[in-house]
Order: sequence, then structure tokens, then C-alpha cells
Amino acid sequence: MAPYVPHTAQDVARMLADLGLVSTEDLFSCVPPALRLAGGLDLPQGLPEPDVAAEMARLASANRAATELVCFAGGGSYDHDVPAVTRALAGRSEFVTSYTPYQPEVAQGVLQVLFEYQTLVSRLAGLPVANASVYDGATALVEAVNMATAATGRRALWVSEGVNPRWREVLATLTAGQALAVVEVPLIDGITRWEGVAGGAEGQSHEGPPAAVVVASPNYLGCIDPLGAARAAATEAGALLIAAFDPVASGLLRSAGQQGADVAVAEGQPFGSRLAFGGPYLGMMAATQAHVRRLPGRLVGQTVDRSGRSAYVTTLRAREQDIRREKASSNICTNQTLVAVTAMVQLAWLGTTGLRELALRCARGARYLRQGMLALPGVKPLVGAPMVREFAVALPVAIDLVVERMADEGFLAGLPVEAGGQEGLLVAVTEKRTKAEMDAYLESLGKVLS
Amino acid sequence: MTAPGGRAVSAPLLGHGEEPTVFELSAPGRRAASFRTTGVPEWSAEELIPADELRSEPPALAEVSERDLVAHMTRLSHRQYSVDLGAYPLGSCTMKYNPKVCDEAAALEGFANVHPATPASHAQGWLELLWGLAHALCEVTGMGRATLQPPAGAAGELTGLLIMRAWHQAQGRSPGKVLIPDSAHGTNPASVSLAGYQTVSVESDERGLVSPDVLRKYLDGDVAGMMLTNPNTLGLFEERIVEVGRLVHDAGGLLYYDGANLNAIMGITKPAVMGFDIVHLNLHKTFAVPHGGGGPGAGPVAVTTELSEFLPGPLVARADDGTFYWEQPARSIGRTHGWHGNALALVRAWAYILSNGSEGLRQVSEAAVLNANWLLSRLRGTYAVPYGSPPMHETVVSTKDAPGTNGQLRALDVAKRLLEKGFHAPTVYFPLVVAEALMIEPTETESPETIAALADALLEIAREGAEVAALAPTTTPVGRVDEARAARRLVLTWDAARAEGPGVSAPA
Repeated sequence: MAPYVPHTAQDVARMLADLGLVSTEDLFSCVPPALRLAGGLDLPQGLPEPDVAAEMARLASANRAATELVCFAGGGSYDHDVPAVTRALAGRSEFVTSYTPYQPEVAQGVLQVLFEYQTLVSRLAGLPVANASVYDGATALVEAVNMATAATGRRALWVSEGVNPRWREVLATLTAGQALAVVEVPLIDGITRWEGVAGGAEGQSHEGPPAAVVVASPNYLGCIDPLGAARAAATEAGALLIAAFDPVASGLLRSAGQQGADVAVAEGQPFGSRLAFGGPYLGMMAATQAHVRRLPGRLVGQTVDRSGRSAYVTTLRAREQDIRREKASSNICTNQTLVAVTAMVQLAWLGTTGLRELALRCARGARYLRQGMLALPGVKPLVGAPMVREFAVALPVAIDLVVERMADEGFLAGLPVEAGGQEGLLVAVTEKRTKAEMDAYLESLGKVLS
Repeated sequence: MTAPGGRAVSAPLLGHGEEPTVFELSAPGRRAASFRTTGVPEWSAEELIPADELRSEPPALAEVSERDLVAHMTRLSHRQYSVDLGAYPLGSCTMKYNPKVCDEAAALEGFANVHPATPASHAQGWLELLWGLAHALCEVTGMGRATLQPPAGAAGELTGLLIMRAWHQAQGRSPGKVLIPDSAHGTNPASVSLAGYQTVSVESDERGLVSPDVLRKYLDGDVAGMMLTNPNTLGLFEERIVEVGRLVHDAGGLLYYDGANLNAIMGITKPAVMGFDIVHLNLHKTFAVPHGGGGPGAGPVAVTTELSEFLPGPLVARADDGTFYWEQPARSIGRTHGWHGNALALVRAWAYILSNGSEGLRQVSEAAVLNANWLLSRLRGTYAVPYGSPPMHETVVSTKDAPGTNGQLRALDVAKRLLEKGFHAPTVYFPLVVAEALMIEPTETESPETIAALADALLEIAREGAEVAALAPTTTPVGRVDEARAARRLVLTWDAARAEGPGVSAPA
């Protein structure tokens, strides 16, 4: 029998007999014979557990993990330390093997953690309400845009080119059925140029006023892109301001909410999730009170039980797809709860002073490495705006080649990036990177470039 | 063994005190965090960041010791039901046991600690796994090629519908409607709307199935396709699926398979054989990826060879020399996830497939169907079975006409009473076409002893009557929760709770 099916042959025989059936074949009499597979599936036979473990170890060993390819790549995925306590608590099987808390009386664990998570996201974003997660930063952006089009009835968007290009691609893909008119607003030296968007040929005249102005700060190039200018553009156009923020940098920077964002979105991977080849990550979303009923997915609220004890429950359920069906503004059901649990533990572990120190340590490392890189011959800043923990440089050698050569040297050097028609290398530094690692990186880069 | 392993009456989770929030456990200045020694110069924030961008003080988080944090989370975990604790017969969700070997595989450094932008030449193990998984999913479904990017079932639905849209557009057509049966999951119509289509609901016939005669009324040149779950949400196999598919195809549409219920048919039949063109799978259901309290899941989409050029990219391909590389499909609809999807969930699914193999996957489906039928045979006579056909992997019954309850026994109350008897509740009030519905999916990983105990508990609830059930639950960490109050007095954060003042959490 299959490895996780408990039935003995006697069990099967007895159960079939109880049903008045002769063989398991009889269970499928409702499947027309023409649809039945003649042979089995063309897959290998099952393996005993030690062989499965060995095969998985073989595949894993064919990847160069960040332990041997020291990670200076970011772009929405950061190599932070994850303490043992985060792994231990988020790995508890009560959190891992439960599902959406449809029965709150036996799901107070997940519900309370999500309530605490919502509180933490709200505080990071500087906005009063937050949801219980969506899939990742990219889909959080898409959901925020859907909120804005629903709130305004408008179909145009002004999107800064400082927003992660993969997020912009996901936005274009997932809204293809909604006939949105996206105006991409260029960066000048790393900062979005909002002047002239409204009056531009591809601006208001063709597309109509925007539902939302979308900006990222720090943006994909690592630059602090002042939200004030984006807020002014949004206000003038009567649009919502959607701000993508770096939740780590929020330990140092003024919050999105404080600077006038209506909806704030972020990639929550830095809080306790491994690099994991890109997932599962965590879409964080927060909003002003005015938009709470348009937030997608689960919301956990505090209430009481029959005897007046504090209790938690998913609330405003009538917004969701299982009740509202085709009128729902989002189709999300399964979300990223376990990753939100992980983030809640990590944020509680960091604490108020720890988050600030984390951000500061990242910024110090980025300053140190950037200075060192700019001292190498032919290396120049790609953009000049102030940065926090990620930065872009222009190199005298093709970027793909540099990345390949640096990998041979034992470094994931960064990501190829483009700004103003010029190619560059996007480099991220976390609190994990030591001075010795950065000095070694600089030495290798010097060799690769010469 | 005669005792049911999946019954959780002995669980010590049934404490009655309130657990304070992590914010109430905080004390100013307390913290758990520590950072590695790096030797990096210790510039101040003011030296690094322009003054007008700096915040005056960091956002307030919790301030707790590691010990208090561990105690808090462990106590909360004791207030949480889970598959590891006992049976979780939540219909449509396939809450099967999640093998530990799959968890260990996903935790390997060579998977968990690899940046998604690592060049393919340094991530060959990852690419090989993704390639192998995509091929296995195509074999199980009969499809031509698959994307692993969609991070959940609903994301897979939207991806599949956008592929449908792109295929029509490539032929210069832009039909506006997608048909779905009235028994469909809510995600189906929600995804249809997001894809820019209008939902047209097709009523089930007296047997709970899609009838070709009914379907004909809805077919015209404006139909882009039809979404179906098979077996459907009533747990019944759509036995006229081939004719349904032909009708949809003749009208110019495509047939979409919602893989929520694939656990019933692995190795028995394939969506491609039934005539489907696009399939999404829920790896967190059929392929034992743990549900994580609500996610993460994974919702790969597999399509026929004809449609494969529209898949989200990049996809993994294998070169003649056996190496793997990323390639972009010719007319890709674009990416649907920031990176490569919920990659560690994909690792778990691959380990599960390796464990089971060809035979094992078929035995999984056989045991799932056997368990559901055997459970139903024990409930018949007490709980009404709205449709006569034998079920596949799940079954829907109604509590409404249970003998001796005067029509007063409510599905919600049965669910709450079942919690006290050591089981998670089934799905209730779904599908919408059945009054007072209990949708029960035992899965293949529960033993006959557990199924028997679950059936006995449900029968006992009916015998006890509606009044007893209406009082439940009282032995759980909290009693019946006031959902109306939660919506009326919206308190989504601890800060909002404090602003509300006492009364929110004060005992009566």
C-alpha cells in the first residue's frame, strides 16, 4: 500500500464487503470505462523514505547555497539571519498542519497570531488596518491596484519605474482582463519624475485620471524616492497613493502612512523567511480605515465568545470569494498564513530596538561596500539618489559576465539592472555580511574587472 | 489496534484562560535579538540617511524575551487544532497527513538557502526538481506542459483563465462569458471576473451533475470556456464529461479543470482524457503540502501542448546534454509571481511524488474514495443524502431531516458539537445547492478505526438532538464566537482594541 495509507489488505477487504463491493475497481463504476486508464501512470515506482531523502539531498547538493555563494543579491529577496527560535516556533506542527480558521473555537492559535501580525504590519506601515497576508510583494501590489480601481471607478494607473520590474510584469499579467491603462513614469537619477505626467501626451488626455499613483521607496534601485512628491501627484489627480516599502528599512525611515499612502504593500520575506529560491514569501498589505472593506483576503478581528471571553475570528467575511462569488474584488482563498506566523515571531524577536539595529546594520554594510566598489577603477554610481541597504553601480564589464565570474569566485555578486538606458549591477547588503566577506568581494571584483 | 488514531479527545489544548497578546507581554527595553559580529564601521543613522527621511523613533513592535516569546507561541499552539493532532475532514480541502520527510527535504540548505536569481548553472538541482515535478504533474493530468508559478489554487485559476483569454485573442476572438456549474467553489466566479469575463452559472440537474441538455441552453459564440471540478463539489463524478467537453469545444470554448478534487482520480483517469484543456492543481491538497494555517499552497497550471506557448515564463527546459535552463514561452502571458512560485512547497510535493510513485498515487485515490464511501454508508439513514450516486473522495449530506430532530438540527451546530468529540468539523453550508450541508472529506490517511469513530460521533450528535448541539462547544479553548460583533465593532489590531477600551476583552 502507498506509504501514508494506513489500510491493511484486511481493512480494504472488510470495508469493500461492508459496501457490498468486490474490488476497489467497483468504487469507480461511476467513471465511464472509456475514461479509465488502461495502464498505470508513467512514473517511477515509489521509494522508501531513506531513498527519497537521499534523492532530495542529491538535488539540493546540486545547488550552490548562499553559504558557499556569499549572497550580495537582493531585488526583493534578502539573505538575513534567521534565529533558531523563529524556525522552531514557526515550525510547530499546530501552525504548519492546520488550515484557514473556519472553526474559530479550535483555531485561536492561528487567529491570535494573525491578529498580532496585523498589528505589527499596521505599525510598520503607519496605517491603521492590515490584512492577514497575500502571496508575495508582487501580488500585494496587484491587489492594491484592484482596491484603487474599485474605489475610484477609474482604469488608469501611474506607476513609477522604480517599482520592482518583476512586480510590474505581474501587474500587467494579472490585470490583462481588466483593460487598465498603465502609464510608466520614468526615474531621473533614481527618483520618480512626476512632473508632467498629468499633461503628457500619454497622460490624462488619453488614459483619463488615474485610480492610483504607485511608487516604491526605497525603490528597486535602492534609492529613497520621496513619497511627498508622489502624494502631491496623487492628490492633484484625485487618486489613491499606493506605496511599496521595504519593511526592514522602515526601522529607520518615515513610514508610508506617515507620508500619506492610502495603501502600503511590502515583501515580507526579510522577516524570518529563507531565500528559498523565491518562495513562499509574504505579501504585506496595510491601508487607511477608509479602505478597510476593500482589503483582500482574510482579516482577523477581536471579539468575544458566549461567555464574554476575548476571542478572535475572521471578519468582514462577506467581502470574500466564497460568499460574494463573482462580485468579490479578489479571488484569494489560500494565503501565506505560515509565513505571516514566521514574520510575527521574527518581529517579536527583533523588537522595537532590534528592527532599528537591523536596518542600521544593513545600511552600514551597504555604505561600506559601495564606497569600496566606487574606489575600483571604472566603477561608477548608476544613480545618485540617497540609498539605504541596496544600491546600483555601473561597471566597465558586461554585467552577466561579472555575475558569472564572481560566482566562480564564490559570490552571488548582485542582479543585473537597468536605469536610464544604462546597464548596472544591483547590490544588496544585509546585517549578515561581515567586513571580511566584503573585503574579499572587493578583491574578487577587482580581479574580474581588470 | 481498535482505538482511532485520528481522534483528539485526549488533547491537552483545552485550556480556558485567555492568552494575553504579545504586546501585553512586552516590557520597555526588553528584547531577544542579537546580531553577528561583522567588523563593519559603526556609522550613525544620521551619517547614512538624509535627516528629513529619518523617523524620530522606530515603529513600536513587541518587546519580549526569547523565553516569553517561546511560551506565548507554544501556548497559542495549544489552542490550535491541526492535522497532526487528529482527523480534519474539511470537505474540499483534502486535509491529509503531511509526511515529515517532505518537511526535512524543504529545509535542506541546498533548497532553503538559494537566492532565486542564482544563475541556472549554479542551481541545476532546483531546475531539475522543477522540471521533474512539472513533467510528473503533466503525466498525472495528461497535459503537455506546466507552470509552477501560481502560489495557490485561486492564483492558478486566474492564470488558466488568462491563458484561455490569450488563446482566444491569438485567434482574433474575444468571447465574454465563462460557464461554471452552480456547485462550483467561490474562487471560480471570482477568478472569472478578475480575468475580465462574465460568469454564467449553469444549474445542476436532479442528480447533482451538469446535464448536456441544460448546458446547450447556455452555449453560444460568446462562450470562452467552462470551468469544472470533477469529481464535483458534491463528490460526484461528472459522468457525461466527454459530451460536455465536446459541446463546449464545438461552441469554440475551452474546458478548464479545477484540480481541487484531483485526489479522487490519480491513476484512475486524467483530465486530458476527459477532454480538458487547462488544469490547475492544488499541491497543498492532493500532494500533501501542509496547509500552514491557511497557506502557503501551490497552484501549478498544466495545459495542452497547443496552449503551452501561452504559459507564464520562464519555464525549465532540458538541453540535449542533460543540463537544465530557463526558457520563455513564445507568447507567454507573462509572470504571475514575483519569482518562481512557492518553491519550497514544490520541493515537498516532489518528495511526496517520489515516495508514492505510480502505484502509490493510484492507491491514494482508491483509499480516499473507499474511506468516503465507507463513511457515508455509516451515516445513511441518519443524515440525508441529497443525491443518490455513490460519492468519490468526499461526500455531502444534509443535517436537516435527521430523524427525531424535528428538522431543527443545523449543520453549524453539528460542526461545533463535533469539535467537542475530538474531530475537526467538516465544511458546512457548501456547496450552496444543498440545505444544511456537511461536506465531509476523510482523506486516505485516516484509518478505518478513525473513520468509524468519526461516523459514530456524527450519529451520536443526531441522537443527542438539536438542543445539545446548539450549546456546543464548551470544552474548546473558547466557546461559540460572536462573529456579528467582530464585524460590527471592527477591531483588527491591538491598537484598535486598546482604543476601544475595556469591554472588548472583559469577562462577562
